[in-house]
Amino acid sequence: MAELLFWPAFLAYGEAAVAYAGDARRPGSMGRLATWGVRIGWLVQTALLIAQAARADGFPWDTWAGSLNLFVWLVVGAYLIWGCKPRFRLLGLVVMPLAALLLAVSYAAGGMDVSGESRYSSLFLGLHVGLVLAGFAGLTLSAALAGLYLWQERELKRRSSTVLRFRAPSLVTLEGLFARTVAFALPVLTLGMAVGFARLRHGSQLDPLIVLTVLTWAVYGAFLLLRYGAGWRGRRAAYATLAGFALVVAMQLTLQTGHFG
Amino acid sequence: MSLVLVGTSHRLSPVEVRERIAFDLDAASELARRLADGGEAVCLSTCNRTELYFSHPDPGAAEALGADALLGDEVELYRMRDEEAALHLFRVAAGLDSLVPGEGEILGQVRDAYEAGAHGPVLDRLFREALRVGKKVRTDTAIAESPASVSSAAAALAQQVFGELGGCKVFLIGAGEVSELAARALTARGATIATVTSRTQESAARLAEAFDARAVPFDELGPELERTDVVVSSTSSPEPVLSRDQVPDRKGRPLFVIDLAVPRDVDPAVAELEDCYLYDIDDLQAVVRESLSGRRREAERAEAIVEQEAKRFRDWQASLHVVPAIASLRERAETIRSGELAKAEGRLEGLSESERRTVESLTTQIVNKLLHVPIVRMKEAAATEGAGYVEVARHLFGLGEDESASDRKPRK
Repeated sequence: MAELLFWPAFLAYGEAAVAYAGDARRPGSMGRLATWGVRIGWLVQTALLIAQAARADGFPWDTWAGSLNLFVWLVVGAYLIWGCKPRFRLLGLVVMPLAALLLAVSYAAGGMDVSGESRYSSLFLGLHVGLVLAGFAGLTLSAALAGLYLWQERELKRRSSTVLRFRAPSLVTLEGLFARTVAFALPVLTLGMAVGFARLRHGSQLDPLIVLTVLTWAVYGAFLLLRYGAGWRGRRAAYATLAGFALVVAMQLTLQTGHFG
Repeated sequence: MSLVLVGTSHRLSPVEVRERIAFDLDAASELARRLADGGEAVCLSTCNRTELYFSHPDPGAAEALGADALLGDEVELYRMRDEEAALHLFRVAAGLDSLVPGEGEILGQVRDAYEAGAHGPVLDRLFREALRVGKKVRTDTAIAESPASVSSAAAALAQQVFGELGGCKVFLIGAGEVSELAARALTARGATIATVTSRTQESAARLAEAFDARAVPFDELGPELERTDVVVSSTSSPEPVLSRDQVPDRKGRPLFVIDLAVPRDVDPAVAELEDCYLYDIDDLQAVVRESLSGRRREAERAEAIVEQEAKRFRDWQASLHVVPAIASLRERAETIRSGELAKAEGRLEGLSESERRTVESLTTQIVNKLLHVPIVRMKEAAATEGAGYVEVARHLFGLGEDESASDRKPRK
């Protein structure tokens, strides 16, 4: 069942990605198609996750590929909050191809399989993985917003004649949004880490992923301090967000090397 | 009733011709009422066109009336009827016949003409539809979204930096007409003109008063720049009036500088400052050119919408021909139904109230179902085959004939 649901979700995300590309080429032409692709794909993926959860004994996304599946769902879900507004369609051009690609990677690596039993069945661990991935999803989205900010800023600096063609959000809006997204995602990540550390005390060992997570937390924490304390704004703030995201990517890669055992 | 349009526009006549048949709203209203003479007429007169719309039983006579009113012997006029006329008005309302595709002013002018005209069922429907189509085109396409002038491009770019301009403070350097135009475009989008400066203090004070702003001396640029979000510069100075050194540290707050002067007022090095965005007149003109080509691209999509709506109007107009026939068909069927029920009254005496209602409802449903297909076909045929089909229906059902004659039993 879960495997069967992969294809419609993947196709809907793929359709959204193609439609966003078409809309970027000719604004206003395919935006609605893209939006519906995102909505339908996300609903199908929700059904897929429910099917996995129903069949699994314990936490169903305890593998790297499984967590990637959940991560994609969280990213697209976060994007859906305001990403479907016409002015944010350019953001979809970044988010949806990535979502389709990561979903396909998750599928190829067995992320849609359900073993029936899980090594991690505690609610505690489910909370840890869920919260950390939700935090990462928020940080991914803030990185996409920061990327869009830098693109828009460059277009304005270059005085490009096509700068108004894409109807992207304003610089001030984007800057405020990526900072607020980090401000929302970091506490979620902190909570997830706290749950993980509570478990760590019972005999587990530190691994590279934990070190990277702490480092990421520190980078984003410093970013928030500088942003709201010292008035760090603009390009510097966007670059800091992207630097933090590089650590998130490194963590995803490290996850593959065995945090889940 | 035929729909008739007689008129001329910037595509056919130069301004010296158009001005001879231009009417203000009161004069257009008076002309429409005079030409309608109890019927329907609307006069749409703008700087780019003067058009008369009629709904008239004799289209030839309406054309002659219109041509006479618009000096048809001296002015080259176009004449259109029915669907073509509707399509034309829809294109006009959508801004597709304007010099700048999608410009918004025309929609208000069409509304004014409609309200001032002598309209009945046909022109009422036509103009309401035109206004709806005009709005639909602007909502469903991006034809009206991009700026069409240098000052509106400057305001749109400021929005691209700040989003909503409410709360944005604008500093005007130079108090000429160009500055004023840019200021109006910015205030129209919510910005506040905070300060004005000029080499001549009087003109600065005059413009500042117009925008409820402060006039400051020309040598006090620096302190004002600290408090400002948008700078509009348009002086006739041969040397730059704003250098890189004069711009204070913005601490992450963007500064949008619009240099509308030739020679330029702002040192190009200002653009190198972080958080500082500088656009000169050439940059803005390039944005306008791109924007106009975008509007033309969107116009193709708008044309498709307009054509579809004109076809819908044609179908509605055609359905008007069959309305009397349909009404008489329904009336006739109802007369027969109620007459037959009355004849059977004696045999129905034993029925209860509820059973009577059932018989009433049953006979009504039979009649409605029998008539449904012929009525739908008549409406469809009216759009494609004209009034001939209605005549056939009248003949077949004996509509308009003496009821007793058509009620006669056929001889065996």
